[in-house]
Amino acid sequence: MEIKSKIKWSEYNKEIAEDHFFFLRSCIRQNFNPGAEKAFISILKNNLKKDIFDDARHTTCTGIGYHTDIVPFETMQTMIARQFSLMTEKGYKNCAVSCITSFGSYNEILSTWKEFPEELAKTRDYLKKATGREFEIPENLSHGCDIIYKFRKEIAAQSNYKLINIETGEPLKIVDHIGCHYSKIFPEKGVGGFEYSKVLTEMIQAWGGQPVDYPERRHCCGFGFRQYLVKSNRSYSISNSRKKFESMEPFKPDAIITNCPGCNMFLDRWQYTLAQIEGKTYGGGTNGIPVFSYEELAGLILGYDPWKLGLQMHQVDVEPFLKKIGVRYDPELKFVGINGKYINEPLFTGCLK
Amino acid sequence: MYSEIIKNLKTDVRLTEALQACMNCGICTAVCPAAEFYEYDPRSIAVSVQSENREKIIDLLESDTIWYCGQCMSCKTRCPRNNCSGLIISVLRKLSQETGAFTKSRMGRQQYLILKTIGNNILSRGYCIHPTTVVPETHPEQGPVWKWIYENMHDVYAVVGANLDCDGPGTMRKINSIDLNELNNIFIVSGGMKFFDTINHFSKLKAIEMGMVDEYGEADMEKYTQYLLQE
Repeated sequence: MEIKSKIKWSEYNKEIAEDHFFFLRSCIRQNFNPGAEKAFISILKNNLKKDIFDDARHTTCTGIGYHTDIVPFETMQTMIARQFSLMTEKGYKNCAVSCITSFGSYNEILSTWKEFPEELAKTRDYLKKATGREFEIPENLSHGCDIIYKFRKEIAAQSNYKLINIETGEPLKIVDHIGCHYSKIFPEKGVGGFEYSKVLTEMIQAWGGQPVDYPERRHCCGFGFRQYLVKSNRSYSISNSRKKFESMEPFKPDAIITNCPGCNMFLDRWQYTLAQIEGKTYGGGTNGIPVFSYEELAGLILGYDPWKLGLQMHQVDVEPFLKKIGVRYDPELKFVGINGKYINEPLFTGCLK
Repeated sequence: MYSEIIKNLKTDVRLTEALQACMNCGICTAVCPAAEFYEYDPRSIAVSVQSENREKIIDLLESDTIWYCGQCMSCKTRCPRNNCSGLIISVLRKLSQETGAFTKSRMGRQQYLILKTIGNNILSRGYCIHPTTVVPETHPEQGPVWKWIYENMHDVYAVVGANLDCDGPGTMRKINSIDLNELNNIFIVSGGMKFFDTINHFSKLKAIEMGMVDEYGEADMEKYTQYLLQE
């Protein structure tokens, strides 16, 4: 194994494909931030003029089932082989992965197949027997954040807004949170490795903001798979997020940016839950620190409508952030349904009523 | 039950990747979020498995300990020898379920709850998570905005351009029967379905052992589920 020094890791870049992506969706992102995936495809197609194929036939990779230990490794290998088979069938060679758990799983399996060719042979056999399918191994596997990172300057060039406070002219202070399975398992698969990850901080810089380091930047959000999914274990989950919030609080960040669908949801929801338990918010007043995924933030600065991006689906209210960077939006449309019809409103947004 | 436990442990290729000459330095424990929260020490687990100490390994399979890990894999990044306690845990958890040992611990028994939710979602919908199963009453941490989304699901998802439960591509689309059949066939051929059956089988035995039976003497799994939720 190549040993990389601190300086080399901080300069480390990975191979990210230029064009022609086969899109692999995320279960969690589709559930909680469905507008983000829609925006990702739109940014690639309409803003960056890239080719990305969205195949209705692909399913869960079963990564959450694998990490909750109900899905055997052999089954997940075969499920992922099926995704690759769909990609092969459509003539694509580059995967764009939306989910961080999936990204870690794809990389784990590609590494296994390299180290243990018999596992690859077994998987080919299982897939053939189960579905009649065959597959090629992708030439490039990038996470969605890698692709947005690669084209961050092109996005900046088209932006309507910058991550700058329009009243003070100061760059907004933004903390990042990197999903554990992006580069903790395979540091060489992440931009900047794990310790010196720059995949999100360089987006912030390119779009006018100021990335802020904080001591627990690398700590897990606390999802913990079974630790959240079983209700009686959730104190594990919230305790880990609390540790992060306490660590970032002194830096008074204007927002949190994440690359992981689960982390994005947890860092949003746990601020509400902690406020309900402890009466404390981390964003001042009754609101918390707004949490954005990289697609949401890219969409915002490109001028996408915040309610089409799905930012009304966040518990922490994003409107103070929108006002800071001067986004033109209609607050009356925040909670409307299909065709603009009124569909009731949440009891409250933010962390405390 | 445990006759070939060491052999079975060593046949998992993941153990070859996860454990090579652990020197017991403890950095995995130092960095581990689970070790901070629970009485949990991944270092000692790596050492027990490396030593192939049969009694200690059986104790682990029957304990809460192996279920404390949150699978963040921070241990992998920090280990000077590229070992991964989180992956060793995955191997132990698999063995615990194959042997039925998981029903001997409170945290292990929770696998039945996970099978009922995540397992059912995978097989019936093609997703690990589906918004209809994130019920606000059992997910109070999701807050009032999620409650609003849940109560107005089709409107909210449509507004953001999703394709909830509809045919064709898009976010949260319905996975059609051909694709679900392929998924189910993969589970049958690759051992996933057998593994589900194994978790079910040992959970039913545990329910019977605990006296949770119906009028025909069969396991009352609804009662067992309610017990696990309160345990």
